[in-house]
Amino acid sequence: MRLSPPVTQKMAWAACWAAAFFAIAALLTIIIYVFARGVGEIGWAFLSTDPIGGLSGQGGIRSAIVGTIYIVVLTLAMAAPLGIGAGIYLAEYAGDNWFTRIVRWVIETLAGVPSIVFGLFGFALFVIALNLSFCILAGALTLACLVLPTIIRTTEEAIKAVPQGHREGSLALGATKWQTIRHVVLPAAMPGIVTAIILAIGRSVEETACLYVTMGGSANMPITPLDNGRTLSLHLFYLAMNTNAMEKALATGVMLIIIIVIINAITRWLSSRWMIRMQGRV
Amino acid sequence: MIKIRNMRQFSDSAWKQVILVCGASSIVILLLIIIFTLREGLPAFTEIGFFKFISGTTWKVANDDYGILSFIVGSIYVTALALVMSVPLGVFCAIFLAEVAPNWMRQIVRPAVELLVGIPSVVYGLVGLLLLVPQISKLGGSGDSILAAAIVLTVMVLPTIISVSEDSIRSVPRVYKEGSLALGATQWQTIWHVMLPAARSGILAAVVLGMGRAIGETMAMIMVIGNSIKIPVSPLDPARTMTGSLALEINYATGLHWNALFACGVVLLIFILALNSIAMVLRGRTQQ
Repeated sequence: MRLSPPVTQKMAWAACWAAAFFAIAALLTIIIYVFARGVGEIGWAFLSTDPIGGLSGQGGIRSAIVGTIYIVVLTLAMAAPLGIGAGIYLAEYAGDNWFTRIVRWVIETLAGVPSIVFGLFGFALFVIALNLSFCILAGALTLACLVLPTIIRTTEEAIKAVPQGHREGSLALGATKWQTIRHVVLPAAMPGIVTAIILAIGRSVEETACLYVTMGGSANMPITPLDNGRTLSLHLFYLAMNTNAMEKALATGVMLIIIIVIINAITRWLSSRWMIRMQGRV
Repeated sequence: MIKIRNMRQFSDSAWKQVILVCGASSIVILLLIIIFTLREGLPAFTEIGFFKFISGTTWKVANDDYGILSFIVGSIYVTALALVMSVPLGVFCAIFLAEVAPNWMRQIVRPAVELLVGIPSVVYGLVGLLLLVPQISKLGGSGDSILAAAIVLTVMVLPTIISVSEDSIRSVPRVYKEGSLALGATQWQTIWHVMLPAARSGILAAVVLGMGRAIGETMAMIMVIGNSIKIPVSPLDPARTMTGSLALEINYATGLHWNALFACGVVLLIFILALNSIAMVLRGRTQQ
């Protein structure tokens, strides 16, 4: 039996709506489940005590919060200058020849390499070869390598989106190349670059695999970056795998989702502002 | 005046050097990662033999006997099952967003999909562990299984498939659509017979990118897949992925075990490299 075109169309529309509802339902299931079971644990005591660690699952998340802040700050401190510099280099100085094409290809490929492969590299180089042993710094160095390709690509795209006329105008007024980049190109590309940084923050907060093999995962409060530590995501993983404290794991999940929602909101706000700005100027 | 100009020139070239150093060191770091992984993995290939390594079914650290076939099968099994579910869902969702959805619905679905990208993989793993695994154990087995992992992955790769497919459906020239509608085709006939074939390369690229994301996922897989070394047969069997083996074993590996894990990393790199190249070619074709 052949269905008539209008009937087929009705069925197809139904399938489209169903697929969209599935996506929303999946999101809502995750968020409602995590919040419903996890939010009750969250309180001052949960935020202000260290986890006990090991198989117990008791305690709060204070040292994991500190670990997360350490990781985010250190990763950015290393990856942001290098990545933005490399992005400026590729967009403004490098030109287009066989070498830069290979470089772009390497960057593009590394952006898709699984984080655990970066973890292998980081473990072998930072933890073993450079003898840092398991510590926050080794984790941050590994994570910096992981977010570097994304920062480079996003920066390069943001700079390339600045209209050529801006540069020509500035050069025609007698500015040097660097003055043009510093005072004309970078300000125009800034929202795009800031977006790159915020994406990197988000990645650092949610990343687990490459930190699992480099940070050590101690539950104790880290004092210096050379201490063994854990992030919130790692803490969640240890709770889920080694203990029965699922409510605490879910409460940690609540914290992670809140952080990600805030980061998403900032990115959306910035990129909408950027759109307005670019449209206003072109 | 001359002095000022020299200062300007000095600062110009100094900053150029700084930028150059940043650019060069990033590139060196990135190349180092690839070279390092290859260097540490090669001894396993020469000592065990490349073919024997990827086709060996036993992984026994005590006997120094390393074959990663069960990990490869685990990774591919989970990825394939996840794609079977996420590709139809993702493509229909993309059609919905590009062509069907009323504006208000689009404004709900888009942010929802964006949020799905941001949720940390350990949260997916945790929800899978607490919600899916007990349900799946009712079907037989322990519940830690390929099926649980595939369902978790389905949701995780959905955003990639949706956004890349939607872009490619949107980039189909308007005239195709108008021509088809003018010939009296219904809206759906136009989408199905004209727009989807025109967007084919882009949709395939979306699938390939989703595949890359699925093969690379680590922590969520460890949490729900059971991590057994046997080759899985039924979707209810536990298994292990390549990524999972790396994460679980690298910290205590020495000698040949160490090299074998890096070699497994190399195999993973080859997979990703192949998938990325395919996606690049496909996307290039769409742009033409």
